[in-house]
Amino acid sequence: MPILWFEECEDANRVGGKAAGLARLLHAGVDVPPGFAVTVDVFRALLDDGLGTSLSRVLGSVETRDTEALEAVSGEARRLVEQARVLPSVRDAVHREYAELCRRAGVGEDELPVAVRSSATAEDLPDASFAGQQDTYLWVIGADAVLEHIRRCWSSLYTARAIGYRLDRGYGHEGVLMSVCVQKMVDARSAGVTFTLNPINGDRSKVAIESSWGLGESVVSGEVTPDNFLVDKVTFDIVRKEISNKVFELRPDPTARTVLRHEIPSERARAPSLSDDEILTLTRLARAVEDHHGYPQDLEWAIEESPDGDSVVFLLQSRPETVWSGRPRPPVSAAGVSTMDYIVAHLVRGVRVRDAKEHRIM
Amino acid sequence: MTERFPSPFEVETPEGCEGWEDLYPYYYVFSEDRREFEESKFWFFDSMHHPEVLYPFDTITSESWWVALGEMNSRVFIVPPALGIDQRVINGRLYISANAIMDEEVVGARVAHFMERAGYYYEHWDELYAQWKDKVSDTVERLKALEVPSLPEMEDLQTVRSGRGLTSAYDLLVAYDRAIENMHEVWHLHFEFLNLGYAAYLTFFGFCKELFPDIPDQAIAQLVAGIDVLLYRPDEELRKLAKSAVELGVADSFRVGRSPDEILEELAKSAPGKEWCAELEAVKDPWFYFSTGSGFYHHHKTWIDDLTFPFEGIRGYVEKLVAGASIDRPLEAVQAERDRITAEYAALLEGDDLKNFEQQLALARTVFPFIEDHNFYVEHWHHAVFWNKMREFGQIFVDNGFFEEVDDMFFLHRFEVRAALYDLISSWGVGTPARGPAYWPPEVARRKVLLSKLAEWSPIPGLGEPPEVVTEPFTIMLWGITTDSIQNWLGVEGEESEHAVTGLAGSPGVVEGRARVILSADQLSEIQDGEILVCPITNPSWGPVFSRIAGAVTDIGGMMSHASIVCREYQVAAVVGTGFGTTRLETGQMLRVNGSEGWVDIID
Repeated sequence: MPILWFEECEDANRVGGKAAGLARLLHAGVDVPPGFAVTVDVFRALLDDGLGTSLSRVLGSVETRDTEALEAVSGEARRLVEQARVLPSVRDAVHREYAELCRRAGVGEDELPVAVRSSATAEDLPDASFAGQQDTYLWVIGADAVLEHIRRCWSSLYTARAIGYRLDRGYGHEGVLMSVCVQKMVDARSAGVTFTLNPINGDRSKVAIESSWGLGESVVSGEVTPDNFLVDKVTFDIVRKEISNKVFELRPDPTARTVLRHEIPSERARAPSLSDDEILTLTRLARAVEDHHGYPQDLEWAIEESPDGDSVVFLLQSRPETVWSGRPRPPVSAAGVSTMDYIVAHLVRGVRVRDAKEHRIM
Repeated sequence: MTERFPSPFEVETPEGCEGWEDLYPYYYVFSEDRREFEESKFWFFDSMHHPEVLYPFDTITSESWWVALGEMNSRVFIVPPALGIDQRVINGRLYISANAIMDEEVVGARVAHFMERAGYYYEHWDELYAQWKDKVSDTVERLKALEVPSLPEMEDLQTVRSGRGLTSAYDLLVAYDRAIENMHEVWHLHFEFLNLGYAAYLTFFGFCKELFPDIPDQAIAQLVAGIDVLLYRPDEELRKLAKSAVELGVADSFRVGRSPDEILEELAKSAPGKEWCAELEAVKDPWFYFSTGSGFYHHHKTWIDDLTFPFEGIRGYVEKLVAGASIDRPLEAVQAERDRITAEYAALLEGDDLKNFEQQLALARTVFPFIEDHNFYVEHWHHAVFWNKMREFGQIFVDNGFFEEVDDMFFLHRFEVRAALYDLISSWGVGTPARGPAYWPPEVARRKVLLSKLAEWSPIPGLGEPPEVVTEPFTIMLWGITTDSIQNWLGVEGEESEHAVTGLAGSPGVVEGRARVILSADQLSEIQDGEILVCPITNPSWGPVFSRIAGAVTDIGGMMSHASIVCREYQVAAVVGTGFGTTRLETGQMLRVNGSEGWVDIID
């Protein structure tokens, strides 16, 4: 089958890391917005149908140092992908599965807003940070629009940056296939990211949550300074809260049938985007996902609020944390230091109370 | 701008209190003789142990701990950077100051001695602690057994027939000396391990902070704290008595508003009632030797003197049982939770970090029972016996016209009491009137007025210049003297606080309720269910209160103070070490207390 629903996804080589990750979460009982993966088989079929040859010709001679040439090559490659002939069977499959998704979501035919996200096969491996190299499209409505954006995702394999990245690291273009996820959009009241360690110091006893109002893209892209929470993973104490001034949010506009940027009035901008209960729910979720994978995680989530005020936490994706987890962790203790040595050192050091030079209390 | 507290020499004597210094020994007050030294140090008001004006006699407790604590640091275990904690009285209040060794070479030279001596105690801790328990029990039993003889008209004939050669007067003086010695003895025992215990705990605490930056202080305390702590036993016994009352069918006697005497009278009329009374008697020793205060003052009521408090606790538990609720402490759940968090933090470690964590945790757990339990043995059990034993001397004075009431004796310093005893026995021996009956009553009357005026003075939290670094373990651990507390006292607001009162997060949770400001244990009966207790410091014997309140706010105390420990145990949200809780909050105000973050707001 060229298209697999998330719950059917298993093989990351076929469905991409993102979809395979979502599948694992589903199997672990986590709430994930429903959707399907357009497997690499579809993209491969496209390449085999002549696109591959055309692309090789265009990409063959480019060098990263020449940015102008790179841009030109990228433009040509992307055009080729977006205009390639799509097999009727593929078009029919996309239409059929999207209609099914609309039905499952209880929404009128061809009406369901979805996110169309790339899920490259090399993307989510722990040792390569390809993240962000390919595109994400939000609030796509209608099967035709879905198909168009699937093609744009495929074509994002050939942005100048992506081509350059692969060239610099010695990865060939041929090996990179792409799966695309089509997933029900969460109309997020709040959204953000969670790390199952403290990204500032790598401390694995903490969960760090960044959150803002509206869709999570504003947090992921770094355009908004989000609220920041640090939670102790063992005791569930919220040890730090930094509420920021969240000046705008991204929300879907039903009339415009797209995502719009809204400015937030100052009272709400300075209000916490998560309640304490939600912080703890996200912490429990993060712990469960980390335990499931046995590896520190970088999660994206969204909270949807129902009309009667209940909030549901959705996990949008989870991938291995890459900055601290790969590094060796230096021990805090010096080798060969006894408990008595520690006691003496601690006693002698004491607790600093005042800075004599600056005559101020520290 | 330099932030500073006033010099001790700038503190004014309140009107009408001139001459208060004469109530205390010459070495116990600030003076020109040591001015330069005294002004160079930082002194803070010890409201945790001595929140009230010091009665002259009662300074035996503070003076005893002054000596014993210092000795253990400076002469016995040779704590490298710390000597003792110095004391001075000002306007009748106790101020204390940690003495640090500033010379790095001297500190360095002390290290080897400390490692040898402290190392010995750490290595043999369990055995030494078991031996200690026997020693302190023996100290208390000897005190109890001490006979305070009265002075008879004629010495007993047996004195002659046995060729004794000594008299009741001699025995009376000796008994007094033995009682005073006994107090000094027990305070030495109090400190025998304490600084080592605190040092081990503080080290583990600091290590956890390095391993897990931002780990909540409460989590570390939870890793170490015991489950079956002696200070909770008296409250446990009350629960058992409540259950027994229900089982025996006498629960009805414990109705609201009845005095202990009324209840006991009723119980004495039935067989099951008598059985319950017998159970009560069996429990009293030692569990009712429990002060409702810190134990440092003669007038703090103990359960054994006044059954009102424990009976109120029993009544509350009976009420819950009759309503079908459980009154059991969830010991298994507490143990399971401790095991869980220990395992989960340990699972995040490896190699040397894991090894050191486990070793230091093991030591912290070894030392913690002494840290938690010594307080019951000394300040509660021993001191309850001591104050009543001293009242036996007071009675003899009353019988001989020196004082009008037994407790008048406590307005004399112990050196003065000994002199008064000498006055008494010399008059008994000589057969002429003692000077005491003319001398003491007006003097006691004067002192009563003086002390009640001193009691009106609001003690300044700190005097002198705060140090750069605090190294003395007790100062850090118990009093919670840190940057934050000192800043708080100075009223320095680094960041403007939007809250009414801020302090340390002592016990997690966010609660709302009406404030009840309590300044002494006598007021405890005013507390209503669900209220927020606001007080200078809580005391362990207030256990039954903790099962009724929604939250607690204290003026002083750190993470390991009783307020924090007991509130965590009873799952009552607490903000401790606020400095100003009792002055800024008023009874009846609606409060929101955040014990996870350490602040209090007035919401009505």
